[in-house]
Amino acid sequence: MIRFENVHKRYPNGREALSGVSFSLERGEMAFLTGPSGAGKSTLLKLIALIERPTRGTVLVNNLNTARVPRRRIPRFRQRIGVVFQDHKLLYDRSVFDNVALPLVIGGLKPREIGRRVRAALDQVGLLDRETHAPITLSTGEQQRIGIARAVASRPDVVIADEPTGNLDPELSLEIMRLFERFNDVGVTLLIATHDLELVDHLNHRRLKLVAGQIAADSKQASDAA
Amino acid sequence: MLKRYLRLHLSNLGGAIGRLFRQPVGSLLTVLVIAIALALPAGLKVVVNNADVLSDSWEGAADFTVYLKMDVSEQAARDLAKQIGERNDVADVTFISRSEALDEFRTRSGFGEALDALDENPLPHTLVVRPRGGAIAEIEPLTQALNELPETELVQLDTEWVARLRGMLLLLGRVVDIVTVLLGLAVVLVIGNTIRLEINNRSTEIEVMKLVGGTDGFIRRPFLYLGIVYGFAGAAFAAGLLLVALVLLRSPVAALAELYASHYTLSGLSLEETLVLLGGGAALGWAGAWLAAARHLRAIEPS
Repeated sequence: MIRFENVHKRYPNGREALSGVSFSLERGEMAFLTGPSGAGKSTLLKLIALIERPTRGTVLVNNLNTARVPRRRIPRFRQRIGVVFQDHKLLYDRSVFDNVALPLVIGGLKPREIGRRVRAALDQVGLLDRETHAPITLSTGEQQRIGIARAVASRPDVVIADEPTGNLDPELSLEIMRLFERFNDVGVTLLIATHDLELVDHLNHRRLKLVAGQIAADSKQASDAA
Repeated sequence: MLKRYLRLHLSNLGGAIGRLFRQPVGSLLTVLVIAIALALPAGLKVVVNNADVLSDSWEGAADFTVYLKMDVSEQAARDLAKQIGERNDVADVTFISRSEALDEFRTRSGFGEALDALDENPLPHTLVVRPRGGAIAEIEPLTQALNELPETELVQLDTEWVARLRGMLLLLGRVVDIVTVLLGLAVVLVIGNTIRLEINNRSTEIEVMKLVGGTDGFIRRPFLYLGIVYGFAGAAFAAGLLLVALVLLRSPVAALAELYASHYTLSGLSLEETLVLLGGGAALGWAGAWLAAARHLRAIEPS
């Protein structure tokens, strides 16, 4: 589903964020991307969402080489990926419903279908009764769940999350992770960047550890070797 | 597919109108600036239209007045009038005998008593010749023919001032064109700048839209509609301003026309011209928004 082959990323300021990263994530797999801040976690996710492009190496998403996606095809490419952010990136001038509906409106669905899917997504994150609320009136944890509902509303094959629990207390963090697990149960491929090792230890999923732009440890390879 | 497009466009239009009302004072100021910029060329156009109507009604003044020599008898003058009237470039010939001329002069000029002091009538027989065509080129041969008549003392053509007026109107028309282009450009820039600020204010929203897969067209469309709504609202206000100006001018113009024993009334923009104004405003708004969107939307990328 996601495949990195010897990927390097050097920013214009000369900082080498990734140096020779290779791994692959199978369809339906759920993995955590861990490592200290500045290790390149965010850069790796940005390469998947085509927010950045690799300096060297190949990034394949859905068997599609991202280097072959021209600028004007990026929107269509992103429509098949759900992205969850640490700061939610909700639109505060519109309702919860409209926020979750955004990718569906972009996708050109019929209003009835949009309503159905938005409510299904809100139901999955347990906030069905908040559809008419303004996001600003919700707690941080609830806002993050709205962000997740938006990411999954268009039923993407892949969901990537960058520090989705960064601002949450341990209890809420676990709740969010359980939510991701439920999506994984229905076949969604997930890659979640987090530095919350304690939380990751609680959950039994594959772990990719990035240190200084390189994969320092991959729990899958470790178990395969054992 | 078509229904989906229509729905998207309608919701964008509604959103744009809603956005204008969300910041009523700021929007109103922008709309007023656009309205004034559009009302100026439209108002000048109205002035030119009215002047054209006036100068058309003065076209009748382009008659030849042929003063005959004093020794031409009345019968000879009448024959000559008939003869000239048969030319195909002549529409009408009026014969004014010297006695008629004297009577008219007596009653009109107020010099009646002075005329009585003269021994004989100093006025010649006169022919007023109305040419068929109005253009200078058309009446040129007629001018020459009238001048070459042995009976002619003097030919006067009262068209020079009409020609001058026409020339001035032509010039004014050209000025209106230039002003229209310049102020149209100003409207494009004003709206472009307004949309640029709007894009900057909404950069977070644009970034999020790009992140969830919004195409350039999808992201640009609300801004285009905002430009169109600004332009259209400005044009509508401009039409309103013109209407108010016209109402304010109507009664003084009527009073002035009465002094000239005329029933002349000001006319405003025709329906067609009003539609052109509204459509033009919307088109300028679209153009301004498009320029701003093309320049600034691309720069906002998720990071």
